[in-house]
Amino acid sequence: MRKAIIFGFCLSLCLAVGMAGAAEKEMRVGFVYVSPIGDAGWSYAHDQGRLAVDAMPGVSTSYVESVQEGPDSERVIQNMARKGYDIIFATSFGYMDPMLKVSKKFPKTVFMHCSGFKTAKNMGNYFGRMYQARYLSGIAAGAMTKSNILGYVAAFPIPEVIRGINAFALGAQSINPNVQVRVVWTKTWYDPATEKEAAKSLLDVGADVIAQHQDSPGPQEAAQEKGVYSIGYNSDMSAFAPKAHITAPVWNWGPFYVDVVTAVRNGAWKSASDWPGMEKGIVDIVPLADFVPEKVKKEVADAKQAIIDGQKTVFSGPIADQAGKIRIAAGQTATDQQLLGMNWFVKGVVGTTE
Amino acid sequence: MAILKCYKKQEPVSWRGSCFIFIVALVVSLTISAFLLLLQGKPVLAAMIALFQGAFGSLWAVQDCLAKAVPIFLCSLGVGLCFQLQIWNLGAEGQFAFGAIGATGVALAFPQWPAYALLPAMFGAAALLGAFWGALPALLKLRLRVNEIIVTLMFNYIAIFFLDFLVYGAWKDPASFGFPMTPTFSDTAIVGMIGDSQINWGVFICLIAGIVVAVFSRYTRLGYELKASGQNIRAAHYAGLPYNRLVFLVMVVSGGLAGWAGCLEASATINRLQPSIMAGYGYTAIVVAWLARLNPLIIAIAAFLLAGLRVGVENLQLDMQIPAAFGNIMEGLILLTVLAGGFFENYRIGRPRRLS
Repeated sequence: MRKAIIFGFCLSLCLAVGMAGAAEKEMRVGFVYVSPIGDAGWSYAHDQGRLAVDAMPGVSTSYVESVQEGPDSERVIQNMARKGYDIIFATSFGYMDPMLKVSKKFPKTVFMHCSGFKTAKNMGNYFGRMYQARYLSGIAAGAMTKSNILGYVAAFPIPEVIRGINAFALGAQSINPNVQVRVVWTKTWYDPATEKEAAKSLLDVGADVIAQHQDSPGPQEAAQEKGVYSIGYNSDMSAFAPKAHITAPVWNWGPFYVDVVTAVRNGAWKSASDWPGMEKGIVDIVPLADFVPEKVKKEVADAKQAIIDGQKTVFSGPIADQAGKIRIAAGQTATDQQLLGMNWFVKGVVGTTE
Repeated sequence: MAILKCYKKQEPVSWRGSCFIFIVALVVSLTISAFLLLLQGKPVLAAMIALFQGAFGSLWAVQDCLAKAVPIFLCSLGVGLCFQLQIWNLGAEGQFAFGAIGATGVALAFPQWPAYALLPAMFGAAALLGAFWGALPALLKLRLRVNEIIVTLMFNYIAIFFLDFLVYGAWKDPASFGFPMTPTFSDTAIVGMIGDSQINWGVFICLIAGIVVAVFSRYTRLGYELKASGQNIRAAHYAGLPYNRLVFLVMVVSGGLAGWAGCLEASATINRLQPSIMAGYGYTAIVVAWLARLNPLIIAIAAFLLAGLRVGVENLQLDMQIPAAFGNIMEGLILLTVLAGGFFENYRIGRPRRLS
């Protein structure tokens, strides 16, 4: 029964693809989000990318938001595939295995998974080198701090977040060797009240710049109320804390999504693990606030240019961990494998990775 | 002077009147939902059709709903049993978590066991741990007179954090790049799908559990004593009914059923343990039990319909880009109107008659 249905589905899809040659068929692109798109954070940034795809001629898009990472995601992805969506983007780590399962049942559909590491013939994964933008925001934070304590409100102790904290610390240390980064885990991606409380606890130990790997502007508000500085995330959060907000590392998914859709349409798409960085514009920082001195602005701009030109990589040795053990030797650069599995803090970070 | 006044009805309405009230309540909630859709400038009729089609409009959809209804039903069945005795067990969520923990523990410890040994062991461990997590609040209530509402609710958090503790620590898959999840279960630890469908064999567990509970409360002496005690605890004491034993029994059974739900979710649907297994079924179960007036058969129907609403809302989002929050609003509205409708079963509103 199932095989017959799948066979029929494939057949109709083949026919559809066949006919597409004659009359340009409208492409349908689906997105699966883990949180509501109104969160001003992660899903919002992806949805901005979706809108860029939606603006392409001959392409229509849709999305399902607030999809739990467990069984719900498999059903949502599968229903999109059943409805004949040509490309499906799933934008949370926990969608990886469900998407892999579904990809086997729908060989003609292109599946793209964000932030994971598994691929299949018709499933690729992608992410952006956000740590590059975090490094730049670290430079700004290191220059602006007076107490030499930077606070970092972080969601979960997973490699993506740890990498960001390390990059932020390295950036800050590059301009201010005495700086330390204090980390508090919230164990949530999105919880404005918890995030704000966590930020306050960092302010209480003397932090005078608050950075975050969180989706709400809660930490920004805490910094503004205390009269200190802050670094946003995901999108420009300066509206929430105009006096505190120095800059924010931000995502810019639009060009990448448009590229993928174009490649699929031209038949040029191949399954791969794609990890573009600042040179492609997928990550960036928003312009530094007016109150930041020109000298600092220049430092950041120079470093940005060096990263874009490929002259500078964030994780180039010697880099020691918290205990002082050299993890990346002098003259070496961390491999992508090392970055993807990063589970240790660099020297100067105060906190545990558990 | 009040223009309208409430009067208690001499007799509660018949089942026909009850149905009528239910339908009116449903229509009211749908009307408010329709109004919300209008506010967003969405076509109401098309949206309602998309919602219905997404939930029940195809064989796929019905299978999806049935699969999603399984954990809700199991949790709700147990919760309903407790509520009959006026034991307010809000702890199905935590009992669910412990069930998942028990099943995962066995699955990870003996992956090489054949399915006929491993699966029963997993279900056994799930029921045992779920029941244990239900028994503790029961003991606290009976021995120390601690309010079970607070205890069961707080126990949920302990259970969920304990689950987190395990998947972030001892049980974390070394190959998961630091993400909190256990390794995938071995094939023998996975409850399979029925034939080529999307539904796992857990549906049969639901069926059997539902029948057993229904028969128990309808045809056994203990079941009768349960209902009698629930009507009036004090009278039950005077009549010498085994109230304490009943409290313990319903909490253990309820915990065990929720534990099975957790086991099925871990084994059949995600094939591993991870924090997002906690999708709130234990809380949904409370809603379902109330909507169904604690009747096992109606619980099955209500669980299916609520699952349908949740699945259908996804279709609504996909086809018409209506925010996910709309589904939650609709769910809340339905519960509110149906429960408020219950008022009219016992009361009527009319003009006060002047006594002369």
